[in-house]
Amino acid sequence: MPVTEKLSADGETLTIQVQGRFDFSVHQEFRASYERQKAKPQQYVIDLKDTIYLDSSALGMLLLLRDHAGGVSSRIKIANCNNDIRKILTISNFGQLFSIE
Amino acid sequence: MLEREGHQVIAAADGLQAVMYFQQYSPDIVLLDALMPNMDGKDAAQRIKAASGERLVPIIFLTSLHEAEALAELIEVGGDDFLNKPYNRLLLKAKMSAFVRLKDLYQTIRDQRDKIQYHTDRLLHEQDIAKKIFDNIAHPGCLNDANIRYNLMPKSVFNGDILLAARKPSGGLHVLLGDFTGHGLPAAVGAMPLADIFYSMTLKGYALTEILSEINIKLVRTLPIEVFCCLIAADFNPRERMLRVWNCGMPTAYLVRKGEGLASRFESRHLPLGIQLECQLESAANSVRLMPCDYLLMASDGVVEAANSQGEFFGEERLTRLIETNKVQGTVFQALLDGLSDFLEGENTLDDVSVVEVCNDFDYAVDIDAPRLSLSPLPHAPDWRIEYELRAQTLARWDPLPFILHILMESPGLAVQRGQIFTILSELYCNALDHGVLGLSSALKETAEGFAEYFAEREQRLSALQDGFIRFTLEQVPRPDGGLLSIRIEDSGPGFDWTSYVANLKPTNLSGRGLTLLQSLCSDFRLEGPGNVAVAQVEWTFSDRV
Repeated sequence: MPVTEKLSADGETLTIQVQGRFDFSVHQEFRASYERQKAKPQQYVIDLKDTIYLDSSALGMLLLLRDHAGGVSSRIKIANCNNDIRKILTISNFGQLFSIE
Repeated sequence: MLEREGHQVIAAADGLQAVMYFQQYSPDIVLLDALMPNMDGKDAAQRIKAASGERLVPIIFLTSLHEAEALAELIEVGGDDFLNKPYNRLLLKAKMSAFVRLKDLYQTIRDQRDKIQYHTDRLLHEQDIAKKIFDNIAHPGCLNDANIRYNLMPKSVFNGDILLAARKPSGGLHVLLGDFTGHGLPAAVGAMPLADIFYSMTLKGYALTEILSEINIKLVRTLPIEVFCCLIAADFNPRERMLRVWNCGMPTAYLVRKGEGLASRFESRHLPLGIQLECQLESAANSVRLMPCDYLLMASDGVVEAANSQGEFFGEERLTRLIETNKVQGTVFQALLDGLSDFLEGENTLDDVSVVEVCNDFDYAVDIDAPRLSLSPLPHAPDWRIEYELRAQTLARWDPLPFILHILMESPGLAVQRGQIFTILSELYCNALDHGVLGLSSALKETAEGFAEYFAEREQRLSALQDGFIRFTLEQVPRPDGGLLSIRIEDSGPGFDWTSYVANLKPTNLSGRGLTLLQSLCSDFRLEGPGNVAVAQVEWTFSDRV
């Protein structure tokens, strides 16, 4: 499974990991990973330590998650980006919408 | 025997007749004797197969032959099966129904294929029509001007990238390169309102920030959440010798100076458009001073992310190296396309690839492509006067020029001089605001560093503005064959020593408050009072038909 999610013990943080390529092929899985949660967690962590690549449709998926998590009031961290991914996020100025670590 | 099974049988006496009957009755299955008079079974089978064309008509040979070789030959010439004499009724029945099944299956597949073909044709046809509409809305504008070179390599009928260029009514140029998430139709649908806004607002004299902000609002409201548009837009302002670039999520663009090489980089400073209503476009602008032979090079991410067969990316480094090696001539366009095609070695790219290069050497004549409106003494207001005063809060956040232009364009004689009128208005307004109300000195703009400083200072004074006004008095009086428009603009500034200024004015002095330009565009132009009042007059006649 390229997309795996894990809810913290207190139920407040949902961590989603994407393995390999974060592109249109994981679209449904990525969406399902947060939609299947019974309660909405306080914050989300997108852990990209095993992600090698991210394209513009992945940016679109992040925007969908942001909307799901409450838009402006959402708390979403994007963690462990490699250099290429960091660059794409920087060019898109996604730092304004997500906290990139 | 077959009739008893419910089949309708047409019996032929020999091979020749069999072929004839086949053409006449087009039966579903053919049973052939291998040995027949006039034309033997093998010949007949070949002809029947040829005549049945796309239809599947199984041929079953009835034969007393037993050697494998002879039987194999029957199958080779077109037979589908054989049945040894004497016939076993059960076997014949079973084979017949097997072939009927096969035939039905074949028919189903053929019907489905035809249906797919029909839908594909229709889809292509519809795309073709949609493409025509798209091309009319997202038309190339002035992309085919001599100073612009571009290359678009779309992945599908519709391009996910969009490239637009339009001359501003005051001379100068707006260029926009955008890249929607995804390719094809969805991207094209989003591109249409974008193009529409870009062209119509440019024509009406709006500043690029306002156009982009309008585009952003439109895209936020119309696009689904996951779709957005990265774009880079450039405003060439020839009289100010200024280039302003907004990069919203596109790869870095470059300004290449002929003989010197890389002069400026325009990195992404803003979110792509279509994501958030609030935008900070004004502060995201990158303003630089332009030289006559500067080239602006913009490319979509399909260029830097183009991958060759080894999975290697073309990359920014290769691009900047090309700029360095081509700095003598300044233009990198062709070198980049060649470099890209060498790099890819015939490999296809995965993304739309778009490159555009604009050279700053274009003819800055005002009004170069303003639409020639038909000019007739239609009902219009020939005799009127408007006073319009803008106070500090308005000055800080609103550009009144498109609004004023709109009023003036109601006059048929002025509408044909849109570019000229707009230039006069913007020169007057810019002087009144920058030098009058804000008290900025144009001397700052003489050097490249001062240039950036000037605009930073302008920004800052504008946002801190508490007092001040600019008062437009527009008056039109009728003349026997047309009219006379007078534009009086007064600002709250202290004025300046214009008598000695005008006396020392050199015609080549670009920062000279555009006074030379104003004098050439107006039938009469003068400064009044302490220098905080300027009056421009434009005469027009109905006989000015083009």
